[in-house]
Amino acid sequence: MKCDQCNRPAVVHQVIISNGTHREIHLCEIHATEAGVPNPGKQPINKLMAKIKQPIATSVMPKCPSCGTTLTHIRKSSLFGCPDCYDAFAQATRLLVESVQAGAHQHVGRNPKNIDATTTIRYESRRLVEELDRAVRAEQYERAAKIKAKLAELADPRPTEDEGDAS
Amino acid sequence: MTAETPVDMDIVLSSRARLARNVTDLPFVHRMTDEQRRRTMTQVTHALDSAAAHAEPLEWVDLESTSALDRRVLYERHLISRPHADATGPRGVAVAEDASLSVMVNEEDHVRMHAIAPGRSVASCFTRIRQLDEAMEPFVDWAWHQTWGYQSACPTNAGTGVRFSAMLHLPALRLTRELDKVRQAAKDLHLAVRGYYGEGSESSGSFFQVSNQITLGRSEEELLDTFVNSIVPGVVEYERAARAALLKQDRTTIADRVLRDLAILRSAQLVKADEAMRRLSMIRLGVCIDLIPDVELGTVNGLFREIQAGHLQQAAGTTLSQNEARAARATLLRQRLGGG
Repeated sequence: MKCDQCNRPAVVHQVIISNGTHREIHLCEIHATEAGVPNPGKQPINKLMAKIKQPIATSVMPKCPSCGTTLTHIRKSSLFGCPDCYDAFAQATRLLVESVQAGAHQHVGRNPKNIDATTTIRYESRRLVEELDRAVRAEQYERAAKIKAKLAELADPRPTEDEGDAS
Repeated sequence: MTAETPVDMDIVLSSRARLARNVTDLPFVHRMTDEQRRRTMTQVTHALDSAAAHAEPLEWVDLESTSALDRRVLYERHLISRPHADATGPRGVAVAEDASLSVMVNEEDHVRMHAIAPGRSVASCFTRIRQLDEAMEPFVDWAWHQTWGYQSACPTNAGTGVRFSAMLHLPALRLTRELDKVRQAAKDLHLAVRGYYGEGSESSGSFFQVSNQITLGRSEEELLDTFVNSIVPGVVEYERAARAALLKQDRTTIADRVLRDLAILRSAQLVKADEAMRRLSMIRLGVCIDLIPDVELGTVNGLFREIQAGHLQQAAGTTLSQNEARAARATLLRQRLGGG
């Protein structure tokens, strides 16, 4: 399409609807500049990028449902916003924790006494499996055997003598 | 748990153990409102009061209403961190009467419990904070996750939340330029090496704080065992060998160095803090290798704390200008070291 005012190709196209009247304007780069009509192709790249980024930043970026912390904030500050962030960003949490804990990805230390017994057994089994793995890798077979015995005991707890004698 | 008594006092100035804990169902401190911070303080102080029957009694200090000088003194005594001293908003610290145990509330985590003791005594420090942790547990629900253990604001504290550290005095390794080997060995064992006041501080007076970086994937006992039995005894032996070598190779030069530093501090009228740290470090070496028989090790150890600006101002009972602080420091050093 040609410019309304010369024979050069039009680069700016506008449709103006005013008082029920429909009017189209087609201008070349020179006449568009003279008329003060912005040419989208000539806008600075940072302004265009800002327009592109804004909707993504507000609509796509996931937030922790409990505290509203975003993954970007966690990566920037190296701090979680609340305990629920650990699960809200499960995959990123695993990568982040492993990177600062020499690859470790399972707690094997103390657990609070006020968690229920089933959870404790499940947790203790997992801890022992990790310990067994380390013992085998270190070729500490005697220690490994003791850990295996503890695992077997956890899987099949036998009644103690006291329980057997109870009347 | 590894049995341990305070030993290696000539090289290990002090040992510490700390636990990081957070109250469940609340954001971490940096995301909290002042109202939430106050609620945390109420919960934690209630748990501390309730635990007092099974653990040692602690005195509560509300840092929001404490003067900048008193906060500085607490920091210089390693009872609170620099960020905790400088922060604003509701926060506090509970301190044992002998200042060997403290519980920071609303620092990076809701709760940070520390125990500190002289010499190589990490295991006994850990026993104390574990007792406190267990005594508090029935009265507060800590944030805990099956996979990630005790949940912390920073992933570097996830899992056990336990940090062991030892303040090592390594002047001979510094003189013989062998510290890089220690740093490399520490790095290989996932240990951090910091200065006298921990994170961000320089290795003032040849003091190096060594601590475990890993808190997850191993039990507290395993972490303690690695810390107590690997790096610390190794570095202690390494420093001791360097001291012996210095004496054997050139006793006169090392004697001249330490006695010259002693003579200067026995007569100086104005002393800057970093100069005092540097010269006291050499005097401490002289005391430990029997080149200075008339100064007690305990006197020198105490001076590292007493020469700090906050302690000087507290002793003077007034704010001191820079020059007044230098003069007060020099007077204290002359008095303690038997100068004129």
